[in-house]
Amino acid sequence: MPKTVGVLALQGASREHTAALEKLGANVLQVRMPEHLRGLEALVIPGGESTTISMLLESSGTFEPLADLISEGLPVLGTCAGMILLAKDVIDGRPDQKSFAQIDITVRRNGFGRQIASFESDLKISGFTTPFRGVFIRAPLVQSCDPSVETLATIELDGGGQSTVLCRQRNVTVSSFHPELTDDLRIHQMFLENLD
Amino acid sequence: MLRGGVIMDVVTPAEAKIAEDAGAVAVMALERVPADIRRDGGVARMSDPVMIEGIQEAVTIPVMAKARIGHFAEAQILESLGVDYVDESEVLTPADESHHIDKWSFTVPFVCGATNLGEALRRISEGACMIRSKGEAGTGNIVEAVRHLRSILGDIGKITQADQAELFDWAKQLQAPLGLVQEIAETGALPVPMFCAGGIATPADASLVMQLGAEAVFVGSGIFKSEDPAPRAKAIVEAVTHYQDPAMVAKVSRGLGDAMPGLEIGELETKLAERGW
Repeated sequence: MPKTVGVLALQGASREHTAALEKLGANVLQVRMPEHLRGLEALVIPGGESTTISMLLESSGTFEPLADLISEGLPVLGTCAGMILLAKDVIDGRPDQKSFAQIDITVRRNGFGRQIASFESDLKISGFTTPFRGVFIRAPLVQSCDPSVETLATIELDGGGQSTVLCRQRNVTVSSFHPELTDDLRIHQMFLENLD
Repeated sequence: MLRGGVIMDVVTPAEAKIAEDAGAVAVMALERVPADIRRDGGVARMSDPVMIEGIQEAVTIPVMAKARIGHFAEAQILESLGVDYVDESEVLTPADESHHIDKWSFTVPFVCGATNLGEALRRISEGACMIRSKGEAGTGNIVEAVRHLRSILGDIGKITQADQAELFDWAKQLQAPLGLVQEIAETGALPVPMFCAGGIATPADASLVMQLGAEAVFVGSGIFKSEDPAPRAKAIVEAVTHYQDPAMVAKVSRGLGDAMPGLEIGELETKLAERGW
Protein backbone atom coordinates (compact mmCIF):
# COMPACT_ATOMS: atom_id res chain seq x y z
CA MET A 1 0.00 0.00 0.00
CA PRO A 2 1.41 3.44 -0.89
CA LYS A 3 1.77 5.68 2.13
CA THR A 4 -0.14 8.95 2.29
CA VAL A 5 2.39 11.64 3.16
CA GLY A 6 1.68 15.33 3.64
CA VAL A 7 4.13 18.03 2.66
CA LEU A 8 3.67 21.33 4.49
CA ALA A 9 3.28 23.73 1.57
CA LEU A 10 2.93 27.12 3.27
CA GLN A 11 6.25 28.37 1.91
CA GLY A 12 9.55 26.88 0.76
CA ALA A 13 10.80 23.78 -0.99
CA SER A 14 7.57 21.75 -0.92
CA ARG A 15 7.76 20.97 -4.65
CA GLU A 16 11.12 19.20 -4.41
CA HIS A 17 10.00 17.10 -1.42
CA THR A 18 6.80 16.21 -3.26
CA ALA A 19 8.77 15.05 -6.30
CA ALA A 20 11.15 12.96 -4.18
CA LEU A 21 8.33 11.25 -2.27
CA GLU A 22 6.31 10.59 -5.43
CA LYS A 23 9.35 8.97 -7.07
CA LEU A 24 9.37 6.58 -4.13
CA GLY A 25 5.71 5.72 -4.70
CA ALA A 26 4.11 7.74 -1.91
CA ASN A 27 0.72 9.40 -2.27
CA VAL A 28 1.59 13.04 -1.52
CA LEU A 29 -0.82 15.73 -0.30
CA GLN A 30 -0.05 19.44 0.05
CA VAL A 31 -0.86 20.79 3.52
CA ARG A 32 -1.89 24.44 3.83
CA MET A 33 -4.98 24.30 6.06
CA PRO A 34 -6.08 22.20 9.07
CA GLU A 35 -8.46 20.13 6.92
CA HIS A 36 -5.50 18.96 4.82
CA LEU A 37 -4.14 17.03 7.82
CA ARG A 38 -6.85 14.36 7.63
CA GLY A 39 -5.68 10.86 6.80
CA LEU A 40 -1.94 11.57 6.80
CA GLU A 41 0.42 8.76 7.75
CA ALA A 42 3.46 11.05 7.84
CA LEU A 43 4.43 14.67 7.22
CA VAL A 44 7.43 16.53 5.78
CA ILE A 45 8.21 20.09 6.89
CA PRO A 46 10.42 21.57 4.16
CA GLY A 47 13.10 24.20 4.11
CA GLY A 48 12.05 27.80 3.65
CA GLU A 49 11.99 30.78 6.00
CA SER A 50 11.09 29.50 9.45
CA THR A 51 9.69 32.87 10.57
CA THR A 52 7.35 32.97 7.58
CA ILE A 53 6.24 29.34 7.96
CA SER A 54 5.66 29.87 11.69
CA MET A 55 3.42 32.88 11.02
CA LEU A 56 1.47 31.05 8.32
CA LEU A 57 0.99 27.98 10.55
CA GLU A 58 -0.55 30.26 13.11
CA SER A 59 -2.74 32.34 10.80
CA SER A 60 -4.12 29.31 8.96
CA GLY A 61 -5.04 27.62 12.25
CA THR A 62 -2.81 24.65 11.39
CA PHE A 63 -0.33 25.01 14.24
CA GLU A 64 -2.46 23.56 17.08
CA PRO A 65 -3.93 20.52 15.27
CA LEU A 66 -0.54 19.68 13.78
CA ALA A 67 1.18 20.03 17.15
CA ASP A 68 -1.35 17.56 18.56
CA LEU A 69 -0.74 15.07 15.74
CA ILE A 70 3.03 15.20 16.16
CA SER A 71 2.86 14.75 19.91
CA GLU A 72 0.49 11.81 19.35
CA GLY A 73 3.19 10.16 17.22
CA LEU A 74 2.71 11.27 13.57
CA PRO A 75 6.08 10.58 11.88
CA VAL A 76 7.65 13.86 10.74
CA LEU A 77 10.71 14.70 8.67
CA GLY A 78 11.91 18.30 9.03
CA THR A 79 14.63 19.74 6.81
CA CYS A 80 16.45 23.05 7.43
CA ALA A 81 13.59 25.39 8.46
CA GLY A 82 11.68 22.21 9.34
CA MET A 83 14.45 21.36 11.82
CA ILE A 84 14.03 24.77 13.45
CA LEU A 85 10.25 24.34 13.64
CA LEU A 86 10.62 20.98 15.41
CA ALA A 87 13.50 21.82 17.77
CA LYS A 88 12.90 22.20 21.49
CA ASP A 89 15.05 25.33 21.76
CA VAL A 90 15.81 27.92 19.07
CA ILE A 91 18.55 30.55 19.37
CA ASP A 92 18.55 33.67 17.17
CA GLY A 93 14.94 33.21 16.14
CA ARG A 94 12.29 35.85 16.42
CA PRO A 95 10.73 36.13 19.88
CA ASP A 96 7.27 35.34 18.48
CA GLN A 97 8.52 32.42 16.39
CA LYS A 98 6.74 29.22 17.40
CA SER A 99 8.19 25.74 17.43
CA PHE A 100 6.54 22.35 17.88
CA ALA A 101 9.33 21.51 20.36
CA GLN A 102 9.19 17.79 19.52
CA ILE A 103 12.90 16.91 19.37
CA ASP A 104 15.27 17.52 22.24
CA ILE A 105 17.87 19.67 20.47
CA THR A 106 19.00 23.29 20.62
CA VAL A 107 19.55 24.92 17.22
CA ARG A 108 20.99 28.26 16.24
CA ARG A 109 19.10 29.77 13.31
CA ASN A 110 21.45 30.66 10.39
CA GLY A 111 24.20 29.17 12.59
CA PHE A 112 26.46 28.49 9.58
CA GLY A 113 26.15 32.09 8.39
CA ARG A 114 24.46 34.03 5.63
CA GLN A 115 23.52 32.90 2.10
CA ILE A 116 27.08 33.50 0.92
CA ALA A 117 28.34 30.96 3.48
CA SER A 118 26.19 28.20 1.97
CA PHE A 119 28.12 25.01 1.15
CA GLU A 120 27.96 21.35 0.17
CA SER A 121 29.62 18.49 1.99
CA ASP A 122 29.82 14.69 1.67
CA LEU A 123 28.20 13.23 4.79
CA LYS A 124 28.75 9.83 6.32
CA ILE A 125 25.30 8.74 7.39
CA SER A 126 24.77 5.86 9.73
CA GLY A 127 23.30 2.92 7.77
CA PHE A 128 24.36 4.27 4.34
CA THR A 129 27.23 2.51 2.58
CA THR A 130 28.29 5.54 0.50
CA PRO A 131 28.42 9.26 1.35
CA PHE A 132 25.39 11.53 0.95
CA ARG A 133 25.88 14.97 -0.60
CA GLY A 134 24.54 17.47 1.93
CA VAL A 135 23.44 20.90 0.66
CA PHE A 136 23.54 23.52 3.42
CA ILE A 137 21.83 26.88 2.74
CA ARG A 138 21.71 29.39 5.62
CA ALA A 139 21.48 26.21 7.63
CA PRO A 140 20.60 25.88 11.32
CA LEU A 141 23.46 24.74 13.57
CA VAL A 142 22.68 22.09 16.18
CA GLN A 143 24.32 23.32 19.37
CA SER A 144 23.32 20.54 21.69
CA CYS A 145 21.45 17.26 21.63
CA ASP A 146 19.86 15.44 24.52
CA PRO A 147 21.43 11.94 24.94
CA SER A 148 18.06 10.41 24.00
CA VAL A 149 18.41 11.86 20.50
CA GLU A 150 19.97 9.45 17.98
CA THR A 151 22.59 11.23 15.88
CA LEU A 152 22.76 9.83 12.32
CA ALA A 153 25.33 12.21 10.81
CA THR A 154 27.69 14.93 11.93
CA ILE A 155 29.89 17.53 10.29
CA GLU A 156 33.31 18.86 11.29
CA LEU A 157 33.11 22.55 12.19
CA ASP A 158 35.70 25.05 10.94
CA GLY A 159 36.55 26.14 14.45
CA GLY A 160 37.01 22.51 15.60
CA GLY A 161 34.49 20.11 17.05
CA GLN A 162 31.49 18.48 15.45
CA SER A 163 27.85 19.25 15.03
CA THR A 164 24.89 16.98 14.36
CA VAL A 165 23.31 17.48 10.93
CA LEU A 166 20.85 14.55 10.89
CA CYS A 167 19.16 13.07 13.95
CA ARG A 168 16.08 11.29 15.19
CA GLN A 169 14.04 11.03 18.35
CA ARG A 170 10.87 8.91 18.54
CA ASN A 171 8.70 9.92 15.54
CA VAL A 172 10.74 13.02 14.60
CA THR A 173 13.66 13.07 12.14
CA VAL A 174 15.42 16.34 11.29
CA SER A 175 18.27 17.47 9.03
CA SER A 176 20.00 20.82 8.80
CA PHE A 177 20.72 20.20 5.09
CA HIS A 178 18.39 19.82 2.10
CA PRO A 179 18.05 16.16 0.95
CA GLU A 180 15.32 17.30 -1.48
CA LEU A 181 17.79 19.35 -3.53
CA THR A 182 19.82 16.37 -4.72
CA ASP A 183 18.74 13.38 -6.82
CA ASP A 184 19.72 11.04 -3.97
CA LEU A 185 16.48 9.69 -2.48
CA ARG A 186 17.99 7.68 0.38
CA ILE A 187 16.90 9.95 3.22
CA HIS A 188 13.30 10.07 1.98
CA GLN A 189 13.47 6.31 1.49
CA MET A 190 14.73 5.76 5.04
CA PHE A 191 11.89 7.97 6.32
CA LEU A 192 9.26 6.02 4.37
CA GLU A 193 10.71 2.62 5.33
CA ASN A 194 10.52 3.55 9.00
CA LEU A 195 6.77 4.07 8.65
CA ASP A 196 6.25 0.31 8.37
CA MET B 1 14.30 28.67 -0.22
CA LEU B 2 12.34 31.75 -1.21
CA ARG B 3 9.70 29.82 -3.15
CA GLY B 4 6.11 30.57 -2.23
CA GLY B 5 7.24 33.70 -0.44
CA VAL B 6 7.19 37.49 -0.71
CA ILE B 7 10.29 39.66 -1.00
CA MET B 8 9.56 43.25 0.02
CA ASP B 9 11.30 46.50 -0.90
CA VAL B 10 12.29 48.46 2.21
CA VAL B 11 14.16 51.75 2.62
CA THR B 12 14.70 51.83 6.40
CA PRO B 13 15.38 49.32 9.20
CA ALA B 14 11.91 50.15 10.58
CA GLU B 15 10.29 49.13 7.30
CA ALA B 16 12.42 45.99 7.23
CA LYS B 17 11.03 45.05 10.66
CA ILE B 18 7.48 45.59 9.43
CA ALA B 19 8.23 43.35 6.45
CA GLU B 20 9.71 40.61 8.63
CA ASP B 21 6.80 40.87 11.08
CA ALA B 22 4.41 40.42 8.15
CA GLY B 23 6.11 37.18 7.09
CA ALA B 24 8.38 38.34 4.23
CA VAL B 25 10.93 35.68 3.21
CA ALA B 26 13.49 38.38 2.38
CA VAL B 27 13.78 42.15 2.09
CA MET B 28 15.25 44.24 -0.69
CA ALA B 29 17.24 47.12 0.77
CA LEU B 30 17.17 50.23 -1.39
CA GLU B 31 17.30 53.98 -1.02
CA ARG B 32 14.03 54.80 -2.75
CA VAL B 33 11.19 52.54 -3.82
CA PRO B 34 10.58 52.46 -7.59
CA ALA B 35 7.58 54.83 -7.36
CA ASP B 36 9.84 57.50 -5.85
CA ILE B 37 12.67 56.84 -8.31
CA ARG B 38 10.13 57.33 -11.09
CA ARG B 39 8.84 60.57 -9.51
CA ASP B 40 12.22 62.09 -8.64
CA GLY B 41 14.10 61.18 -11.81
CA GLY B 42 17.90 61.54 -11.92
CA VAL B 43 20.40 58.71 -11.66
CA ALA B 44 19.40 55.91 -9.28
CA ARG B 45 22.38 54.05 -7.78
CA MET B 46 23.29 51.34 -5.28
CA SER B 47 22.30 52.22 -1.70
CA ASP B 48 24.62 53.62 0.96
CA PRO B 49 26.34 50.71 2.80
CA VAL B 50 25.26 52.26 6.13
CA MET B 51 21.64 51.83 5.14
CA ILE B 52 22.17 48.24 3.99
CA GLU B 53 24.02 47.34 7.20
CA GLY B 54 21.28 48.93 9.28
CA ILE B 55 18.74 46.70 7.59
CA GLN B 56 20.97 43.60 7.97
CA GLU B 57 21.09 44.30 11.70
CA ALA B 58 17.35 44.89 11.97
CA VAL B 59 16.15 41.54 10.56
CA THR B 60 16.97 37.82 10.67
CA ILE B 61 15.67 37.04 7.15
CA PRO B 62 17.85 37.35 4.00
CA VAL B 63 18.69 40.84 2.76
CA MET B 64 18.97 41.57 -0.97
CA ALA B 65 20.29 44.78 -2.52
CA LYS B 66 20.32 46.24 -6.01
CA ALA B 67 23.26 47.00 -8.27
CA ARG B 68 22.98 48.89 -11.55
CA ILE B 69 22.94 46.81 -14.75
CA GLY B 70 26.58 46.18 -15.71
CA HIS B 71 27.97 47.88 -12.59
CA PHE B 72 30.13 45.04 -11.31
CA ALA B 73 31.92 47.33 -8.84
CA GLU B 74 28.62 47.99 -7.05
CA ALA B 75 28.01 44.24 -7.00
CA GLN B 76 31.49 43.66 -5.53
CA ILE B 77 30.71 46.15 -2.76
CA LEU B 78 27.38 44.46 -2.02
CA GLU B 79 29.08 41.06 -1.90
CA SER B 80 31.68 42.40 0.53
CA LEU B 81 28.85 43.68 2.76
CA GLY B 82 27.54 40.11 2.96
CA VAL B 83 24.17 40.73 1.32
CA ASP B 84 22.39 37.43 0.66
CA TYR B 85 21.47 38.17 -2.98
CA VAL B 86 22.32 40.91 -5.49
CA ASP B 87 19.57 42.15 -7.81
CA GLU B 88 21.09 43.46 -11.04
CA SER B 89 18.16 45.76 -11.56
CA GLU B 90 16.61 47.87 -14.28
CA VAL B 91 15.00 49.97 -11.53
CA LEU B 92 18.40 51.64 -11.08
CA THR B 93 19.98 53.60 -13.93
CA PRO B 94 22.04 51.22 -16.11
CA ALA B 95 25.83 51.63 -15.96
CA ASP B 96 26.65 49.72 -19.14
CA GLU B 97 24.68 49.90 -22.37
CA SER B 98 25.64 46.50 -23.72
CA HIS B 99 27.03 44.28 -20.97
CA HIS B 100 25.41 42.81 -17.93
CA ILE B 101 27.57 41.73 -14.98
CA ASP B 102 29.53 38.48 -15.34
CA LYS B 103 27.77 36.84 -12.45
CA TRP B 104 29.86 33.67 -12.57
CA SER B 105 32.76 35.64 -11.11
CA PHE B 106 30.84 36.16 -7.83
CA THR B 107 30.03 33.91 -4.89
CA VAL B 108 26.88 35.83 -3.96
CA PRO B 109 23.82 34.66 -5.93
CA PHE B 110 22.18 37.06 -8.39
CA VAL B 111 18.59 37.68 -9.35
CA CYS B 112 17.92 39.40 -12.68
CA GLY B 113 14.83 40.75 -14.44
CA ALA B 114 13.52 39.56 -17.80
CA THR B 115 10.66 40.56 -20.08
CA ASN B 116 10.88 37.50 -22.32
CA LEU B 117 12.46 34.06 -22.47
CA GLY B 118 15.50 35.16 -24.51
CA GLU B 119 16.39 37.78 -21.93
CA ALA B 120 15.89 35.27 -19.11
CA LEU B 121 18.20 32.72 -20.78
CA ARG B 122 20.89 35.32 -21.48
CA ARG B 123 20.85 36.28 -17.79
CA ILE B 124 21.04 32.62 -16.78
CA SER B 125 23.98 32.07 -19.14
CA GLU B 126 25.71 35.00 -17.41
CA GLY B 127 25.22 33.25 -14.07
CA ALA B 128 21.90 34.52 -12.67
CA CYS B 129 20.45 31.95 -10.30
CA MET B 130 16.97 33.43 -10.12
CA ILE B 131 14.86 35.21 -12.72
CA ARG B 132 12.05 37.63 -12.02
CA SER B 133 9.70 38.85 -14.67
CA LYS B 134 10.26 42.62 -14.75
CA GLY B 135 6.78 44.05 -14.96
CA GLU B 136 6.80 47.82 -14.78
CA ALA B 137 8.14 48.80 -11.35
CA GLY B 138 6.63 51.67 -9.41
CA THR B 139 3.33 51.75 -11.28
CA GLY B 140 1.06 49.58 -9.16
CA ASN B 141 -0.14 48.27 -12.53
CA ILE B 142 0.05 44.49 -12.98
CA VAL B 143 -0.45 44.45 -16.74
CA GLU B 144 3.24 44.39 -17.69
CA ALA B 145 4.08 41.65 -15.18
CA VAL B 146 1.31 39.54 -16.69
CA ARG B 147 2.59 40.22 -20.21
CA HIS B 148 6.13 39.19 -19.26
CA LEU B 149 5.08 36.07 -17.36
CA ARG B 150 2.80 34.93 -20.17
CA SER B 151 5.53 35.57 -22.73
CA ILE B 152 8.18 33.60 -20.83
CA LEU B 153 5.96 30.71 -19.80
CA GLY B 154 4.16 30.65 -23.17
CA ASP B 155 7.43 30.26 -25.05
CA ILE B 156 8.56 27.54 -22.62
CA GLY B 157 5.35 25.66 -23.42
CA LYS B 158 5.95 26.00 -27.17
CA ILE B 159 9.55 24.81 -26.86
CA THR B 160 8.43 21.63 -25.14
CA GLN B 161 6.36 20.89 -28.27
CA ALA B 162 9.17 21.67 -30.74
CA ASP B 163 11.18 18.95 -32.48
CA GLN B 164 14.99 18.81 -32.35
CA ALA B 165 15.46 20.76 -35.61
CA GLU B 166 13.16 23.55 -34.42
CA LEU B 167 15.21 24.03 -31.25
CA PHE B 168 18.09 25.46 -33.30
CA ASP B 169 15.73 28.09 -34.65
CA TRP B 170 14.34 28.80 -31.18
CA ALA B 171 17.88 29.43 -29.92
CA LYS B 172 18.50 31.78 -32.84
CA GLN B 173 15.20 33.67 -32.41
CA LEU B 174 15.68 34.01 -28.65
CA GLN B 175 19.39 34.89 -29.00
CA ALA B 176 19.97 32.36 -26.26
CA PRO B 177 22.39 29.43 -25.81
CA LEU B 178 21.21 26.26 -27.57
CA GLY B 179 22.08 24.13 -24.54
CA LEU B 180 19.62 26.02 -22.34
CA VAL B 181 16.89 25.81 -25.00
CA GLN B 182 17.42 22.04 -25.24
CA GLU B 183 17.28 21.76 -21.47
CA ILE B 184 13.94 23.60 -21.41
CA ALA B 185 12.59 21.31 -24.15
CA GLU B 186 13.32 18.39 -21.85
CA THR B 187 12.24 19.77 -18.48
CA GLY B 188 9.50 22.24 -19.45
CA ALA B 189 10.83 24.80 -17.00
CA LEU B 190 13.58 27.37 -16.53
CA PRO B 191 16.67 25.83 -14.92
CA VAL B 192 16.35 28.39 -12.09
CA PRO B 193 13.37 29.62 -10.04
CA MET B 194 11.09 32.09 -11.78
CA PHE B 195 9.68 34.89 -9.64
CA CYS B 196 7.47 37.85 -10.51
CA ALA B 197 8.01 41.58 -9.90
CA GLY B 198 6.76 44.94 -11.00
CA GLY B 199 3.29 46.28 -10.30
CA ILE B 200 1.97 43.95 -7.58
CA ALA B 201 -0.24 46.03 -5.30
CA THR B 202 -2.96 43.73 -3.92
CA PRO B 203 -3.43 40.17 -2.64
CA ALA B 204 -5.43 39.50 -5.82
CA ASP B 205 -2.44 40.61 -7.95
CA ALA B 206 -0.26 38.16 -6.03
CA SER B 207 -2.75 35.32 -6.55
CA LEU B 208 -2.97 36.16 -10.27
CA VAL B 209 0.75 35.93 -10.93
CA MET B 210 1.15 32.80 -8.79
CA GLN B 211 -1.65 31.12 -10.76
CA LEU B 212 0.06 32.15 -13.99
CA GLY B 213 3.16 30.26 -12.82
CA ALA B 214 5.34 32.58 -10.73
CA GLU B 215 7.07 30.78 -7.84
CA ALA B 216 7.36 33.81 -5.52
CA VAL B 217 6.72 37.54 -5.75
CA PHE B 218 8.65 40.76 -5.24
CA VAL B 219 6.58 43.68 -3.98
CA GLY B 220 8.24 47.06 -4.37
CA SER B 221 6.22 50.21 -3.94
CA GLY B 222 3.00 48.25 -3.47
CA ILE B 223 3.38 47.90 0.29
CA PHE B 224 5.00 51.04 1.64
CA LYS B 225 3.19 53.34 -0.82
CA SER B 226 -0.18 52.03 0.34
CA GLU B 227 -2.35 53.58 3.04
CA ASP B 228 -1.65 50.96 5.71
CA PRO B 229 1.50 48.93 4.91
CA ALA B 230 1.61 46.32 7.72
CA PRO B 231 -1.75 44.61 7.15
CA ARG B 232 -1.32 44.81 3.37
CA ALA B 233 2.11 43.19 3.62
CA LYS B 234 0.69 40.33 5.68
CA ALA B 235 -2.28 39.93 3.36
CA ILE B 236 0.00 39.61 0.32
CA VAL B 237 2.07 36.95 2.15
CA GLU B 238 -1.13 35.01 2.88
CA ALA B 239 -2.33 35.40 -0.71
CA VAL B 240 0.91 33.94 -2.09
CA THR B 241 0.53 30.87 0.14
CA HIS B 242 -3.20 30.38 -0.44
CA TYR B 243 -3.28 31.62 -4.05
CA GLN B 244 -5.35 28.62 -5.18
CA ASP B 245 -8.03 29.27 -2.54
CA PRO B 246 -10.21 32.25 -3.58
CA ALA B 247 -12.07 32.26 -0.26
CA MET B 248 -8.77 32.73 1.61
CA VAL B 249 -7.63 35.47 -0.77
CA ALA B 250 -11.01 37.16 -0.28
CA LYS B 251 -10.66 36.89 3.48
CA VAL B 252 -7.23 38.53 3.56
CA SER B 253 -8.27 41.22 1.04
CA ARG B 254 -10.89 42.72 3.39
CA GLY B 255 -10.46 46.25 4.77
CA LEU B 256 -6.87 46.90 3.73
CA GLY B 257 -7.43 50.60 2.97
CA ASP B 258 -6.23 52.21 -0.24
CA ALA B 259 -3.69 50.46 -2.43
CA MET B 260 -0.88 52.55 -3.88
CA PRO B 261 -2.05 54.95 -6.56
CA GLY B 262 -1.59 53.30 -9.94
CA LEU B 263 -0.18 54.59 -13.21
CA GLU B 264 -1.36 53.90 -16.75
CA ILE B 265 1.49 52.28 -18.72
CA GLY B 266 0.71 54.24 -21.90
CA GLU B 267 1.30 57.54 -20.08
CA LEU B 268 4.75 56.71 -18.68
CA GLU B 269 7.73 58.79 -19.78
CA THR B 270 10.26 56.07 -18.87
CA LYS B 271 9.67 52.35 -19.14
CA LEU B 272 12.09 50.71 -16.73
CA ALA B 273 11.45 47.28 -18.27
CA GLU B 274 13.11 48.40 -21.49
CA ARG B 275 16.43 48.68 -19.68
CA GLY B 276 18.61 45.57 -20.05
CA TRP B 277 19.52 43.62 -23.18
